[in-house]
Amino acid sequence: MSLSQELQTALVVCFSAVFTQNILLTLFLGMCPFTSVSREVRTALGLGGAVVFVMTCTVVLNWMAYHWLLVKLDLEFFRFVLFIVIIAAFVQFVEMVIDRYSPRLYQNLGIFLPLITVNCAILGASLFMVIRDYTLLVSLGWGFGAGVGWLLAILAMAGIRQRLDESRVPVGLRGPGITLIIAGLMALAFIGFSGVLG
Amino acid sequence: MGQAVLAVLAVSGVATMLALILVVAERFIARYGSCTIDINQGTRRITLEGGKSLLNVLTEEKLFIPSACGGRGTCGYCKVTIREGGGPVLPTETPFLTADEQKQGVRLSCQVKVRNDLVIEIPEELLSVREYTAVCDKIEDLTYDMKRFILRLQEPDHIDYVPGQYVQLLCPPYPGSDEEVYRAYSIASDPAETGRVDLIIRRVPNGICTTWCFEHLQEGQAVRINGPYGEFRLSDNPAPALFIAGGSGMAPFVSILHQMEHAHDTRPVRYFYGGNQVRDLCLLDEMKRFEEHLKDFTFIPVVAEPGPEESWDGRRGLVTEAVSEEFDNLADYEAYLCGSPGMIDAAIKIVKSLGIDKARIYYDKFA
Repeated sequence: MSLSQELQTALVVCFSAVFTQNILLTLFLGMCPFTSVSREVRTALGLGGAVVFVMTCTVVLNWMAYHWLLVKLDLEFFRFVLFIVIIAAFVQFVEMVIDRYSPRLYQNLGIFLPLITVNCAILGASLFMVIRDYTLLVSLGWGFGAGVGWLLAILAMAGIRQRLDESRVPVGLRGPGITLIIAGLMALAFIGFSGVLG
Repeated sequence: MGQAVLAVLAVSGVATMLALILVVAERFIARYGSCTIDINQGTRRITLEGGKSLLNVLTEEKLFIPSACGGRGTCGYCKVTIREGGGPVLPTETPFLTADEQKQGVRLSCQVKVRNDLVIEIPEELLSVREYTAVCDKIEDLTYDMKRFILRLQEPDHIDYVPGQYVQLLCPPYPGSDEEVYRAYSIASDPAETGRVDLIIRRVPNGICTTWCFEHLQEGQAVRINGPYGEFRLSDNPAPALFIAGGSGMAPFVSILHQMEHAHDTRPVRYFYGGNQVRDLCLLDEMKRFEEHLKDFTFIPVVAEPGPEESWDGRRGLVTEAVSEEFDNLADYEAYLCGSPGMIDAAIKIVKSLGIDKARIYYDKFA
């Protein structure tokens, strides 16, 4: 594959990760922070931003660790352990750096970082990268796109839930109940994108 | 076999490398250099290595900011005013700070990390707060679920406090509780005896500290307290006073009554003391003694519903009902309340409706 071809694939993968293959709404990964931290647009944006950043970086790091270490040593089955360790260490490191150099960014993003260390969407993104046999550049596109897709979904949910505060929801459905129903409706809407990239 | 060894080596190698990177990063990145904290416009200056929470730093310097949760940001007690260098208010703090407080720079000291020079202000009386070691001299049963713990101070060997103030008792880890906690108790002793601190403690079912006090603390054992804290005290105004208390809310009033006795305070005092049953009331004899020695002091115990075995010829009902039966108008009075939050809220309502101005209602809530 030439570089321009690869770049093109990366862009397509990135775009489809946002819309047609949305990691949250079509693959249903990362549901717990999605339901619990989507009460306010501001916090949803903070968490989503953190997810975009961590997902992009860890997919790339894990690609390197997988292809340059595990594949070489014939230890592919160890990817689960390795990916988790790398994600955890990376999140720790980033938290330390922004705590030191950018208190303002830390205030907006930092408190969410420990939360997403154990987010299944983050690990899922790295595992899909392996299953789908992406190259490094395509993985970059995939990681970034998956993150943005997650951000988009939680942002939309937070917007809807803020309006929901003023609407009359049947008592039994308040909280997680109505949130899951809305998530289902949103997922249906996202299926509408599925024909876009055949 | 070879592959297994290789696998273990590879994964532990990567993990070790990552751990090393983090350790090195911690060394170089998480270094904040030397920071200076200026307290109350130069009254005290602390120079230290940055990176810790402000609350921890102040505690290490023996400046005791009240804190019940141990720095987890859940109790909201450890407020200090930060004039310079505090950075933006964190989302973890906002639930505990009013808009006014945020404007004045009030922060939760456990959430503020010392990363640069700070200029802070803490209430003057906290500067006189110290840590004391003491010996639990005597434990007396007051009722079936209340005890009086008499502490003799060792180092320092005396305490200056205003009657009505409280101390924090350190409850060490014991079987069933694995962390140190501090709990606040009003001082219930005669202020003239400066080497002694009495605490009246009512057993809270499953309470961490009260369980320790009731089941583990022995006479002769060493304990640690810090204090004094609190604004609850008798005002300088000689206006007649209405005391309302329930259960172990008796504690600060014992100290205040001793103070009045020493000062030959002649202001009229009506003290309503409530319990569910007769067995909930404590120190009735001591109150009788104060009635004899103080010029105009009346103690009015009130029992909600005496138990079937109990004889009671005193007042019945809730303390708040007794107060509204006794008085039509309390406009000249000052009210002093101590007890459970529910009782205090009810009492505030009653005394307000009887004409006491909000500024003249003083209270201590024990949650």
